[in-house]
Amino acid sequence: MAGNVSVGASLNPHPSAAAVMEAPMVEIDRLSLWYGDKQALRDVSMSIPKQRVTAYIGPSGCGKTTLLRCLNRLNDLVEGVRVTGTVRIGGADIYDPALDVTELRKRVGMVFQKSNPFPKSIFENVAYGPRILGVRNRNDLEGIVERSLRAAALWDEVQDRLGDSALGLSGGQQQRLCIARAIAVEPDVLLMDEPCSALDPIATAKIEELMLELKTSYTIVIVTHNMQQAARCSDYTGFMLLGELVEVGVTRELFTSPRDKRTEDYITGRFG
Amino acid sequence: MKRFWGTGEPYIWLTGSAVALALLMVAGLVGLILSSGLGFFWPREVVRLTLADGNVMTGQIDQREQIPARPGQYRVKLKVANRDLYGADFQWVEEAKIAGRESPPDAVVVERTEWGLLIGTIKAVRDRGKDVATGPEAGRAELLRRLPDAVRARGEIRKLGKNDIGGINDAQEQARLRLRRLELRGVTAGPEVDAITRELATLQARYRELEVRVGELRKRETASVVVAADDGKEKDLPLAQVVDAYFPNAMGWAAKAGFYAARVWEFVSDEPRESNTEGGVFPAIFGTVMMVLIMSVVVTPLGVLAAFYLREYARQGTFVSAVRIAVNNLAGVPSIVFGVFGVGFFIYFVGGTIDRWFYPEALPTPTYGTGGILWASLTLALLTVPVVIVATEEGLAAIPGGMREASLALGATKLETTVRVVLPAVMPSILTGLILAMARAAGEVAPLMITGVVKLAPSLPMDGVWPFVHLDRKFMHLGFHIFDVGFQSPNVDAARPMVFATTLLLLVIVVLLNLFAIGLRNRLRRKSAMSAV
Repeated sequence: MAGNVSVGASLNPHPSAAAVMEAPMVEIDRLSLWYGDKQALRDVSMSIPKQRVTAYIGPSGCGKTTLLRCLNRLNDLVEGVRVTGTVRIGGADIYDPALDVTELRKRVGMVFQKSNPFPKSIFENVAYGPRILGVRNRNDLEGIVERSLRAAALWDEVQDRLGDSALGLSGGQQQRLCIARAIAVEPDVLLMDEPCSALDPIATAKIEELMLELKTSYTIVIVTHNMQQAARCSDYTGFMLLGELVEVGVTRELFTSPRDKRTEDYITGRFG
Repeated sequence: MKRFWGTGEPYIWLTGSAVALALLMVAGLVGLILSSGLGFFWPREVVRLTLADGNVMTGQIDQREQIPARPGQYRVKLKVANRDLYGADFQWVEEAKIAGRESPPDAVVVERTEWGLLIGTIKAVRDRGKDVATGPEAGRAELLRRLPDAVRARGEIRKLGKNDIGGINDAQEQARLRLRRLELRGVTAGPEVDAITRELATLQARYRELEVRVGELRKRETASVVVAADDGKEKDLPLAQVVDAYFPNAMGWAAKAGFYAARVWEFVSDEPRESNTEGGVFPAIFGTVMMVLIMSVVVTPLGVLAAFYLREYARQGTFVSAVRIAVNNLAGVPSIVFGVFGVGFFIYFVGGTIDRWFYPEALPTPTYGTGGILWASLTLALLTVPVVIVATEEGLAAIPGGMREASLALGATKLETTVRVVLPAVMPSILTGLILAMARAAGEVAPLMITGVVKLAPSLPMDGVWPFVHLDRKFMHLGFHIFDVGFQSPNVDAARPMVFATTLLLLVIVVLLNLFAIGLRNRLRRKSAMSAV
């Protein structure tokens, strides 16, 4: 597995320090989360740098997705969930009781594992977020839709059929539409929960390419099962196991010289 | 043998034959209704039977059957009509006793406003007691010449009576109620009272004028037609009572088809005559459709809101499960129970309260405190609300949770998500529920009988008199009409074909209402390209 990653000399002996050195967008501090009696996150602390791709890898059920969903508080919807610790995005504590959670979610976009376009037209899917924000002018909406679809590398494929149902698109197109929909409201952070798990390699390559482009404007946090994917397109990678953030660092270093034995076991395929 | 059972083939046959049986029953049902209902309007030939004992019977053959306990011998049921002359519409004739059979080309069938059909031959047409034409040939020409005028005059009289005089009656009633309202306030004299009294006097004068005009119109029709029936009996029928006259034995195929179409049109567009056994059923169609529409308007929001609460907002647990079971069971409660509830709650309690608060001047005559189309519709809405709830809930359950999360993750509130994403996606399911609800409501009779349906409603629940929609009015309904015509009319035998025709019409209306809703659903589905949920 690690063979795919180019082996280079480690410039920094403490990879996790690098994450801290860049300007942080999201700061997670001793975050723990319980679903009822079951603890899903244990004392997770790290910072996610601005305009970088940060990936989380780990075996199924290790809490990657839960951590991701903490960042836009989508876990609030689950009954019996309990959270301790703090998460700051852009300096503001998002678990502050005074915070309007819809405002938070407008700033933190999300792309889901299973593409979930609304049963509406392509145009209406992308325009959904701006409309929620109160954009009513048709020209403005058209501008936003075009810009978002271009940014999601979908414009050329759908520009002639914006009025068609989004459900008629292929799986890869649907997922890019979901990305366009998420970035139409220009969030600060884009969360991606295994966005390519249901896609074929060509569609996956397109999305990965897209991530590299998008990171010039957005902070991207991605959860993936696929270690090559994390190696290919992320700047920083965190390895999670049983709700614990075992190790986090510059991607290349984490894959070539993991400091923790458990990380090494996982990336070399000894378990998981 | 064991292998035969092992293949599973017999089970396929078993399930297949169950479907076949069901299809057969549906086909039989529709076929029976079609054959019995469609034949009603066909102008059947008039036969003249000469019996062995010399008697002559003229009429239309209605049916033929084997005489009970005498195999090989048949009898026919002859519709001799002329109820006023013979006392009965039908006669059984044993075929063995028939000596001769002919179909006289000059036989006439007269539809009239009273006493059912008149069958015989024209003897003369009279005007002011003097014969103006005698004999079948001349009589026929004269009758057909005079008939259009007579029909037009009767239409005019009816229109005057219904619209103009009806309008004056309404206005008088309103004025009287205003007077009574003043009286309740303690005002018994003064300019207001005088104004109303003057208005009443004007109305009374106009009423007399119209009455005189109607009288003149009636007097103008002086002609009558003399029809000779069997046994030398005769009927001198004023032309004012003739609705239509035709000569079935002289009609060609095309003429019969034209006559058929006209009769079908009359059936769906005209008002009933002769305690519903003749004429059309338009008021019943109108009442049925309007009642179903009002019910739909009420039941849809109610059912959808309830389903949304149960599925989207309520915390899933024992209580919600119990509510759900209760709602499902509500769909199985006998409909008459809902009718009784409608009477007790809507009519006596709600209607009575409305009367006390808003219509005290009319008391003790109830306005809303009696059966009416509004209460009937509300009762049926209650009856069908479980159907809508269940269908909507199933639709909501079929919407992937990811869709709601996607909307929430974009910063939409729960309400925005529900209105903009969930509601459009669940619309086809809502319409499915509505289709089922409408089908059930259109066919329901028992609860309607006690909440506002009547045998004969003097006016439609919607007309040109302000406020145009009269939700307090009683109405007619096809389902009840079937029951009434078939089993409550004075002449059940003569009305039986009407029962089938009305049943057919009810089926057609239910199918049409359903097709409309299905079309709407398919449009929505195409628009949202949702898979069937």
